[in-house]
Amino acid sequence: MTFGAAPTSAEREHASGVFARPAACAHCGTPLPPGAVPDENGEAFCCNGCRAVRAFILACGLDHYYRQRDDLAPPPRPAAPTARGYAELDHPDIAQRFVHDLGDGTAEVTFVLEGVHCSACVWLIERLPRVVPGVHEARLSFERAEVTVRFRPDLARLSAIARGLDGLGYPPHLPRRSSGELGDTQADRDLVLRLGVAFAAAGNVMLMAFALYSGATDTGEGPYATLLRWGSLALTLPTVAYSGAVFFRGAWAALRTRTPHMDLPVSIGIAAGTIWGTVNTIRGQGEIYFDTITTLIFLLLVGRWLGRRHQRAAARVVDLYAALSPTTARVVTVDGLVEMPARAVEENAIVEVRAGEPFPVDGLVASGTSAVDASSLTGESLPVTVTIGDRVYAGTKNTEATLLVRTEAAGAATRVSRLLASVEAAQRARAPIVKLADRVAGWFVWAALGLAAITFAAWSVVDPTLALDQAVALLVVTCPCALGMATPLAVSVALSRAARAGLLFKGGEFLEELSRPALFVLDKTGTVTEGQLRLVDWIGPNTVKSLLGAVEARSEHPIARAVMRDFAAEPKREASSVTAIPGGGVRGVVDGHQVLAGSPALVRRELCVEHLDPKLESAVTRFSQAGRTPIVVAVDGVALAAAAFADGLRSDARDTLAALEKLGARFALLSGDHPEVVAQAAASLGVPFVHVEGGAGPERKLACVTELERRHGRVVMVGDGVNDAGALAAARVGFSVHGGAEASLGAADVFATEPGLSPLLRAVVGARRTLRVIRRGIAFSLAYNAVGATLAVLGLLSPLLAAVAMPLSSLAVVTNAFRSRTFDAP
Amino acid sequence: MTVLFVVLPLTILISVFAVAAFVWAARAGQLDDLTTPPLRMLADESPPEPPPRQPASPPDL
Repeated sequence: MTFGAAPTSAEREHASGVFARPAACAHCGTPLPPGAVPDENGEAFCCNGCRAVRAFILACGLDHYYRQRDDLAPPPRPAAPTARGYAELDHPDIAQRFVHDLGDGTAEVTFVLEGVHCSACVWLIERLPRVVPGVHEARLSFERAEVTVRFRPDLARLSAIARGLDGLGYPPHLPRRSSGELGDTQADRDLVLRLGVAFAAAGNVMLMAFALYSGATDTGEGPYATLLRWGSLALTLPTVAYSGAVFFRGAWAALRTRTPHMDLPVSIGIAAGTIWGTVNTIRGQGEIYFDTITTLIFLLLVGRWLGRRHQRAAARVVDLYAALSPTTARVVTVDGLVEMPARAVEENAIVEVRAGEPFPVDGLVASGTSAVDASSLTGESLPVTVTIGDRVYAGTKNTEATLLVRTEAAGAATRVSRLLASVEAAQRARAPIVKLADRVAGWFVWAALGLAAITFAAWSVVDPTLALDQAVALLVVTCPCALGMATPLAVSVALSRAARAGLLFKGGEFLEELSRPALFVLDKTGTVTEGQLRLVDWIGPNTVKSLLGAVEARSEHPIARAVMRDFAAEPKREASSVTAIPGGGVRGVVDGHQVLAGSPALVRRELCVEHLDPKLESAVTRFSQAGRTPIVVAVDGVALAAAAFADGLRSDARDTLAALEKLGARFALLSGDHPEVVAQAAASLGVPFVHVEGGAGPERKLACVTELERRHGRVVMVGDGVNDAGALAAARVGFSVHGGAEASLGAADVFATEPGLSPLLRAVVGARRTLRVIRRGIAFSLAYNAVGATLAVLGLLSPLLAAVAMPLSSLAVVTNAFRSRTFDAP
Repeated sequence: MTVLFVVLPLTILISVFAVAAFVWAARAGQLDDLTTPPLRMLADESPPEPPPRQPASPPDL
């Protein structure tokens, strides 16, 4: 399978006319890019990743995968194997932490996988035993994209398992769970159990209630009514004690902390109905409310269960990103390079970091000169040159050349880890949000209790034997089932729609907070701007462009990448003897011409001239004043062209902010970049800012958000970098844009999975619509309760009527939640 | 109608068994993942004869 054979085979195909020319990638089904040509098998690929994965799948005899996939027609998605060796996984530290010995000669390990997207993936991944000898079983959890592999440690090494998964197109990562994952599973099971018990009890109690409502009485043949009542009691008491305990616990916590909560009125209704129903069963007269109570518990638990399921989705994405960030370091030892987990690197160990890789540790440069892209840690859009003795930080990126770094701190001691610790502190310090439904529940309790007291008093005068009956009937009928279900359902429906529209919320309360007018504090680099440099101006002959492209082709410097992106249409040329010049320059030979590119100062120095051509000098001055980065290109010793690079605004930034302004939002701009650049960006965004600040480090950002919150009320922080993490956690709502650093995802309350700034607008609009749905639901259930309460006070409410009306009202709020428009897919 | 005195306790007993089965299923983790098993079910059985195992290294890119 070579590229060289491709054109001839394409011709052959064409001539024979047997094969249609393929239109889609043979592996993933993506439409082919223009340059792709079929190989000798008549197959064409969208990328080399897909080519490699298909070859591997066929070699393993797993071609059945393609039949599965064609039947299912999943969305096309190119494979992206890394072809890495995964040698670091064989480090004993890894085995100790991640491999569980099952005791029968086999062990278990769990990986988080990239690229799991359809059910054919499930089939393919679970065929891993055929790919890697020594693997017994592989089970995938699709939702979590986690595969659990059972294998024989003596036959299969972790690196071999990882290479197998990678070869199938699913690069594996060791899981880095957010704390409490195991506890979550336990809590989920617990809730499902309570739900199941409540369902079984409600069904049976309802059957007995049916008989009672249709007139079962104690006759000469037997005390049927008594039997049915005692039967209902036998089922209801354990249900209330077990399944209903959820609400009692919540109510107790609400009382203790004196915060209003929905569980309080619910508990009062359940408790009143159960106690009075039990008394009536023993007395053998009066109403029992067991059917209503068990159904109520069941329906409310359903609402709660749905809510939990949808909030979990956001946490899983954070976990996935956490697993993706690099955890390995290459340490220089006497035996050569050893790859090991980054947290295990010892102080003073020398670590090698190649161009394009992030630094795994904090340390001092021991050898080499390069530029460091620290934008995620500091917000600076331009890389900083470092050389021997300069300090570099974990999480920033090496862009130009290989560096050796003497480790000063690794793992939890790094600056970025300490920053994350401050994020957790900020999250703990934030005042809890009281949800709308809970606030309503707060005065609802008093209204229900007050009305019950009035009813009791009034009926004590009219007919004392009925007074308690009527008061309990009122408490049961006003038990806010519809209210308790209206909000969780509306929220969970909205959250799942939001997820489809590319927005993940970590909790329903942030919907409410986002829907209110707020001060939006925006980060600049990577949030309102692209976060990467682009060519914005070019002075000089166009032929120089391809020369510049040739010398920059291999560099990882942000300017070089901008050149590669923006000059992609220029003719390709090859450069030889390319060398990087410290201080942001590069030189090389292209078609016999000496090409030099770099900052104006560097080019002047290298050419040994005081001034460049006046036209270029004035252009360079103009670029600098406009806050752009100038680059001068010299060919054969003569400066010929000047280019300006800038981190441009996102294409949707202006429209998004204008639309948000119309919705009543105010703005502030807060960045770690140079103040002039920040001011420039603020001016070009077209909306007024209440506060613009540059040069703000992570700590300053956090303090500034707290201060703005005190002065302007609700603050929504919008950011993307590690440096925003503290501010994201401290703000009332933290919103992380797509492509944000893992730390910012962990700190944010809402994050976008679609690029650009427009998801922010979608989130705000969707949140407002959801709040309308919630209000409608609450209004309806309050109206229902008002009618029920009136009937109860007047003594016109029969338990049958209550039993029928309650599910009907719940049905109405469920319909309201599902039918309403909230988030629309983009 | 006196049969009710037998049938009703019996109903409750059967319910208790059903709940016990449910508790067992939930504790065994059968309800933890509600997404993957339905997907797994969709996949047809693979062809009976798997070809010999290949070395577990993906081809070079």
